[in-house]
Amino acid sequence: MTEITAPLSDRSVSFHTSDAAEKRLRARYAAEKRFKAYGVIAIAFAVSMLAILLFTLFRTGISAFWQTEMQLEVTFDAAVVDPKGTGNPADWDRGAFQGLANEALYKAFPEVTGRTDRRELRGLLSPVAGAFLVNYALENPAVVGQTVKVWLPTSDGINQIAKGNIDRTLPESNRPVNDTQLGYLDRMESQGAIRTAFNSTFFSASDSNYPELAGILGATVGTLLTMVVTILLSLPISVAAAVYLEEFAPKNRLTELIEVNINNLAAVPSIVFGLLGLAMFLNFFGMPRSSPLVGGMVLALLVLPTIIIASRAALKAVPPSIREAALGMGASKLQTVMHHVLPLAMPGIMTGTIIAMAHALGETAPLLMIGMNAFVTAPPTGFLDSSSALPVQVYIWADKPERGFVELTSAAILVLLTFLVAMNATAIYFRKKFERRW
Amino acid sequence: MPITYTVGTLLILTALGYLLGRRKAVTVAGGNIASLHSVPSYYGSFSALWVLLPTISLVLLWLALKGPVINWAVVDGMAPEAVLGWANASIPPGELEAVRARVAEGAGALTDIQRQLLLINITNLAAGQAQYVNPAVVDILRPAAAHMQDLRSLTDWALFGICVSLAAAALFITRGKIGPAFRARNNVERIVTFLLIICSLIAILTTVGIVLSLVFESLRFFTKVPVTEFLFGLQWSPQTAIRADQVGSSGAFGAVPLFAGTLLIATIAMCVAAPVGLLSAIYLSEYASGAVRNVIKPVLEILAGIPTVVFGFFAILTVAPFIRDMGAAIGLDVSSQSALAAGVVMGIMIVPFVSSLSDDVINAVPQSLRDGSYGLGATRSETVKQVILPAALPGIVGAMLLAVSRAIGETMIVVMAAGLQANLTANPLASVTTVTVQIKSILVGDQVFDSAKTLSVFALGLVLFAVTLVLNVVALRIVQRYREKYD
Repeated sequence: MTEITAPLSDRSVSFHTSDAAEKRLRARYAAEKRFKAYGVIAIAFAVSMLAILLFTLFRTGISAFWQTEMQLEVTFDAAVVDPKGTGNPADWDRGAFQGLANEALYKAFPEVTGRTDRRELRGLLSPVAGAFLVNYALENPAVVGQTVKVWLPTSDGINQIAKGNIDRTLPESNRPVNDTQLGYLDRMESQGAIRTAFNSTFFSASDSNYPELAGILGATVGTLLTMVVTILLSLPISVAAAVYLEEFAPKNRLTELIEVNINNLAAVPSIVFGLLGLAMFLNFFGMPRSSPLVGGMVLALLVLPTIIIASRAALKAVPPSIREAALGMGASKLQTVMHHVLPLAMPGIMTGTIIAMAHALGETAPLLMIGMNAFVTAPPTGFLDSSSALPVQVYIWADKPERGFVELTSAAILVLLTFLVAMNATAIYFRKKFERRW
Repeated sequence: MPITYTVGTLLILTALGYLLGRRKAVTVAGGNIASLHSVPSYYGSFSALWVLLPTISLVLLWLALKGPVINWAVVDGMAPEAVLGWANASIPPGELEAVRARVAEGAGALTDIQRQLLLINITNLAAGQAQYVNPAVVDILRPAAAHMQDLRSLTDWALFGICVSLAAAALFITRGKIGPAFRARNNVERIVTFLLIICSLIAILTTVGIVLSLVFESLRFFTKVPVTEFLFGLQWSPQTAIRADQVGSSGAFGAVPLFAGTLLIATIAMCVAAPVGLLSAIYLSEYASGAVRNVIKPVLEILAGIPTVVFGFFAILTVAPFIRDMGAAIGLDVSSQSALAAGVVMGIMIVPFVSSLSDDVINAVPQSLRDGSYGLGATRSETVKQVILPAALPGIVGAMLLAVSRAIGETMIVVMAAGLQANLTANPLASVTTVTVQIKSILVGDQVFDSAKTLSVFALGLVLFAVTLVLNVVALRIVQRYREKYD
């Protein structure tokens, strides 16, 4: 721009001698600068929104990977744990373990005796600490009848306070933990009985009503099963359709109709595919609700147009000379396509497929329509089991009132985004590695 | 005989067909492979395809029809006494009279909902889950459950038998055909081409499936609620009562508040997305250096790749509280589920969509137009405003229409950030609901498939589909015609 603005300062070489002309020119340059600034502002807005989005997710989600735990001296009373006395873990009274944890807590605070005081005290410990005790005892069956120091998860409120997600200087009525409980927490902390440990439950558990017990394993397995169905159905069908339309189809009404159809299908709202799945697959064909099979089928229909369009572009990019050479050597039309054109178009097709699968991975609405928002506490074991999916899990947790689920939601999103980034990175790698300019 | 075994057997037979076909071809060639019309593997493939295709289509067909057919046979095969016995224990006394009056027809005396209920009981019983069934009817339904189990195993065995004999017949016939003069490659290629055509027809079948399921269920809805009331009514409260004497039992299905809410949020979204998307596209294609473009474009692609459920969470976690606090600071009463929050976040989501479409359109404007403008002494912004934009206008309009269609069909952001209450208002600070929100909130939860409430979802879906379809067709037409102009 400098070479244009230079004459302005140097009147002797300027053509624009009159003041009015110079004013006009100044105004035009100002308009130019303003217009450029608008563009910069627009881009800055979009980029900063992305930055804010990612930053908020990291800030709220990263703490979910840690869980505050308290050390308690638990007495595994054989008469309570194993009332039948068989010594077989299958006969344990699993419901009694929560009581053991509570007893250990009372022992740590012997001066707290009243009913209401003890209830307040129990507010420190997770209401499902018993489940963790059961797992601990299953791993170390020798502890039955002994007194051992065990690290147990704290309640959601204590967890959030200890990790600083809830400001402890807030007025008492605005936080889930009252002043007495804070006193208990501080005392335990000064005794070194409070620690933050890696939250392995988040990766090994499925959905739960308690944030301490909730994890993404079930949803992740559900998503994987769904994706397997999606890719097994959509990839062969789309590639076959693309091959036909690009290499074989005569130019006629039917072909044109199919093409218009595919373009329109790509823009149909995803929730409509969900309605299709509900009316066709569930109600008409009676397939199992909430199953990865139906979810995968719906998503396969959803990504079909995307993969077809990408595959056609990849096929179109293969130069005609390849086809002519193959045909000249006596190959049939189908041999030409299968042995030469398709292999050369494969990198492009794979790139398009991975991007389409990444899109399917984040789809939520159609899965909600076919009931994949099921509350499932164990990972699905087959394609017909009731199951959830990662984005649906995000939606379910975002709806829950407990403070602990906010960080879990963000953490689940971080995991989901990790998958997406990995898939897109693979697609970019494919494109860079196999891209060929003819 | 589970279906997996049948499929497994068929796959083995297919492999066998390939080997036998190939071997037969080699044998008849008698050491001189060149005497065959095709390469031996084509003879194998010919056999294999004929073994696999008819049988696997049969299996798929049966898998699709199995549930409805068996259910129909079991329920209609029930004795009238069993139906009545079940009805006595399971349905409210008010509805019992009608069943009693027509009990001679057996299960024909039941309404669709009662029939579904009966089927659920029988299916649970047949699956050995008697604990989910009312103990009073367990013994009455035992024969029906046994009938269902019998039919299932019988049909599975029959399917296995038919498939294996079909496969054997195919093996035999194709083997008989194989000879040196047999044009195996041409035959195989004809079959493969046929399969390719079938695959490309699936796209059409999907559309037909969408239209059929939406239209069919919508027609059932319109028998309960008149079309005019649905399209022009101003009151939306789909809570139909369970008992007839409940307050507000009729429900109101005037969808205008939903359409208005959808339009309001889509308008807000476009107010954000259109300027931001268009200006960034202009900046990227006309001003930015190659290095800047290489950084910014992937960033926008990341924004485009973020799942909408994440945007929804972002809206409730950050944007909605921010807008509410801003409103409170200047003394405005902002709903925590304001249309503004949902619309702004949706706008952010659509920005990369608008910008990449506009980018394509702007890049399609020939360089000669730019050069001409610069040659006349115009600045870049003047070139953009007076030459490029007018030339690209139809394409940009098309891009905007596509973006509007995205905004109208978007679900998760509004489900999470917009309200449920159907308010007819143009105030962006109030809470409104949208078509997609209602579809989701009605369907997730109860599933009685006969009530006007559930069926209304399909009418809403039909409107959604029709509107987005028209927008897409028009937009694609415009964009395409425009591209051809400069190609």
